[in-house]
Amino acid sequence: MQTTFPRLMLKHAAERPTAPALREKIYGIWQTISWSDLAQLVQSVACGLHQAGLQRGEHLIVVGANRPRLYATMLAAQSLGAIPVPLYQDAAAAECVFPITNAEVRFCVVEDQEQVDKMLEVREQCPQLTHIIYDNPRGLRKYTEDGLGSLEELIAAGGVFAQQHPQFFKEEVEKSAYTDVAAMFFTSGTTGNPKGVVHTHGSLIDRANAGAEFDKLTSAEDVLAYMPPAWIGQNIFSYAQWLVCGYVVNCPESSATVTIDLKEIGPTYYFAPPRVFEGMLTSVMIRMEDAGSFKRKLFHYFMGVAKKVGPALMDGQSVGFMDRLVYGLGNLMVFGPLRNNLGFSRVRVAYTAGEAIGPDLFTFFRSIGVNIKQLYGSTETAVFVCLQPDNQARADTVGVPCKGVEIKVADNGEILVKSPGLLKGYYKNQQATDEVLTADGWYHTSDAGFIDSHGHLKIIDRVKDVGRIQGGANDGAMFAPKYVENKLKFFPFIKEVVAYGDQREKVCVMLNIDFDAVGNWAERRNLSYAGYTDLAQKSEVYQLIKDCVEKVNADLAEDALLAGSQVSRFLVLHKELDADDGELTRTNKVRRGFIADKYKPLVDGLYEGKTEQYIETVVKFEDGRTGSVSATLKISDAKTFTPVKAAA
Amino acid sequence: MTKKIGDVILDVNNISLRFGGVKALTDISFNVREHEVRAIIGPNGAGKSSMLNCINGVYTPQEGSITFRGQKFDHMNSRQVAEMGIARTFQNLALFKGMSVIDNIMTGRNLHIKSNLFLQALRIGPAQREEEKNREFVEHIIDFLEIQAFRKTPVGQLPYGLQKRVDLGRALAMEPKVLLLDEPMAGMNMEEKQDMCRFILDVNDEFGSTIVLIEHDMGVVMDISDRVVVLDYGKKIGDGTPEEVRNNEEVISAYLGTSH
Repeated sequence: MQTTFPRLMLKHAAERPTAPALREKIYGIWQTISWSDLAQLVQSVACGLHQAGLQRGEHLIVVGANRPRLYATMLAAQSLGAIPVPLYQDAAAAECVFPITNAEVRFCVVEDQEQVDKMLEVREQCPQLTHIIYDNPRGLRKYTEDGLGSLEELIAAGGVFAQQHPQFFKEEVEKSAYTDVAAMFFTSGTTGNPKGVVHTHGSLIDRANAGAEFDKLTSAEDVLAYMPPAWIGQNIFSYAQWLVCGYVVNCPESSATVTIDLKEIGPTYYFAPPRVFEGMLTSVMIRMEDAGSFKRKLFHYFMGVAKKVGPALMDGQSVGFMDRLVYGLGNLMVFGPLRNNLGFSRVRVAYTAGEAIGPDLFTFFRSIGVNIKQLYGSTETAVFVCLQPDNQARADTVGVPCKGVEIKVADNGEILVKSPGLLKGYYKNQQATDEVLTADGWYHTSDAGFIDSHGHLKIIDRVKDVGRIQGGANDGAMFAPKYVENKLKFFPFIKEVVAYGDQREKVCVMLNIDFDAVGNWAERRNLSYAGYTDLAQKSEVYQLIKDCVEKVNADLAEDALLAGSQVSRFLVLHKELDADDGELTRTNKVRRGFIADKYKPLVDGLYEGKTEQYIETVVKFEDGRTGSVSATLKISDAKTFTPVKAAA
Repeated sequence: MTKKIGDVILDVNNISLRFGGVKALTDISFNVREHEVRAIIGPNGAGKSSMLNCINGVYTPQEGSITFRGQKFDHMNSRQVAEMGIARTFQNLALFKGMSVIDNIMTGRNLHIKSNLFLQALRIGPAQREEEKNREFVEHIIDFLEIQAFRKTPVGQLPYGLQKRVDLGRALAMEPKVLLLDEPMAGMNMEEKQDMCRFILDVNDEFGSTIVLIEHDMGVVMDISDRVVVLDYGKKIGDGTPEEVRNNEEVISAYLGTSH
């Protein structure tokens, strides 16, 4: 579709003026904004911004939660040929400085007082930020800073301008082409400054369309917009696809009311990272523990049925008559009410992405009849690269390439993508652009993976982390630390894992138990313990963890490519890995190199075949004091399995 | 910051209150100006709550008078006080624990409901319109206090800090001219206190309410009030801006003690 977002909006407003475009819950009641209301609003905002001096090609910052008027602002900016740059609403002021300086931003439209305060702080370092416009006036009455104004006033002024110049808005919209830049998204770089990913109307609309075709989305969908709009995922689901399909985007009342709003709206198309689904499952389980014994028994019985029959039904496989009957009964008594309670009664398609999802979690939702699937993509690819078709959802793959996408696996295992949705480049960073986007048109994802026998893409790890086993029985086998770590972390008893094996003859891991889960497990067995360190070294706990490790090994053995990554030895660390001690990043990713240096005696002990090892470590307490923890740690062997060679 | 502080709205003249032989308050006089935040502070047992109860009409002082918006009273009557536009919150939360947040706040609208019991029971005609209007006002308060997520939660299930907020919400529902807050921050942690301070200042700012508050936490009082009255053993020992009170010898000795 060679069109732009404002034109799509005008098309909906012309074809279905009274159909709902957005809903927002105000004072406890869902208020509907129709497509024609929206067009009117966008026109006013655009005229207001024009009067304030916003130029074609200029960047405009938008900061806030999902609010209809902020969406209208993005559309208004695009109508004028300006480029909206959404920033994360929870970013600290210091983090906003780089994007604002980098894109030479003069205008920002923000949600409320909190964001205004932040922008005023930013302005001390970015004096060019002259216009700060806010949506919600609460608490801002006494602010007298220069260049501060309410969106309300801007809309009123814009409305007057629009009446005087009725053709202005349409003419401006016509001036933009689909090859023009539509938006810019800053990705948080793990090192150095964030990079601005530039997307055109064409690339975003093409991908939105491909995704919509894949899942046969229509204008009848309902979506709840609750993730930050600065994240490309939210932007695609509640902005690009919203305008392409013309469905309804619902804005929750506040971040605290999302679960209530979800239940009220009952979206048909849903998207969440794994941790949100995990939170739902946990809350269901806790509530079931508190329920009466009859209800609890009923729940567990039917969940057993669901586990056996549900996924097969979901995948459209044939299921015996009796099973189908019992499942139907379960649906009536347990699954249906449960889906309703979670707000999933109407959901047709639910996606999860961003991180690996545990198979149990994935199966739980599919077994109760929620069509949860995975997808693969990133900011640079405008999300949609691979998607799982309805009947082929699996926890360990990310689906098949969708329309328009070409995938190639490079010699080093890196996944290369060619797609109409690729970024135009990184803003003012030709060097970084050249690194990922080569002249032959391939985008380098820096993810390592392969296409499995069913044609599904499977992601293993980041390319730079993938190593090789050297020497020993599995010489030269591929070693994917994160893949192994994730597999272990899917067990509720294991919280953190660090795996070693690159340039070594076997794979060894150090891990943290989940203190709550294992503590609970120990209590139920009358196993007394004094604290984390004590519990971690119990031989019963070692046996428990050993079972987990061996299950993972059995699983890995079935995978021809990764059979060499089976874990030979492991130990449970005496302290929890902590970001304050530099062992984890602030986003809770393990820092393998740092940990290997810090716990060198342990790593050596693992590889030298010792059965225990003494270690002393310095720890930093939350109040900044330091102390030391010492312990003698057991080291345990784990059974490995002979690889099951894939049938040729 | 320019805040319009108006004329005296509430004037307390020479109030004395005794319970048998115990002198709870002795000859207390102070005034409250429109739109100001006025704090009453003092050590335990200083007579702060008794003072509030006199204004509120719960206690009848033996001596003295209270002038509210030009009208002079020897003693106040609770209902009359409410009708005149004085609302209060309670130190130990007198909420209806089994009722939802909405219903609790709705009770604060009681004085604004004119239709009779019969119409209300059947929810017909004017009663329904009235309820909708009042509910709308309550929704404004819920939005203002950021408790949307708990609309339908029974108050008893909420944490203490949120219950305090509901208590404030119910008082606000009366659309009071003067709001009496009895230790709004007691038993709260630092973050809850900061939230509460923000709400009090916002109420003062957005609703234009005059606020009289009792508080233990000196830091909080000094930050948010315009003028402070200090009581000790039922007597007034200080009155003025936070700065003046902070430097008042008598106040310092009441709080910190003096060496003799």
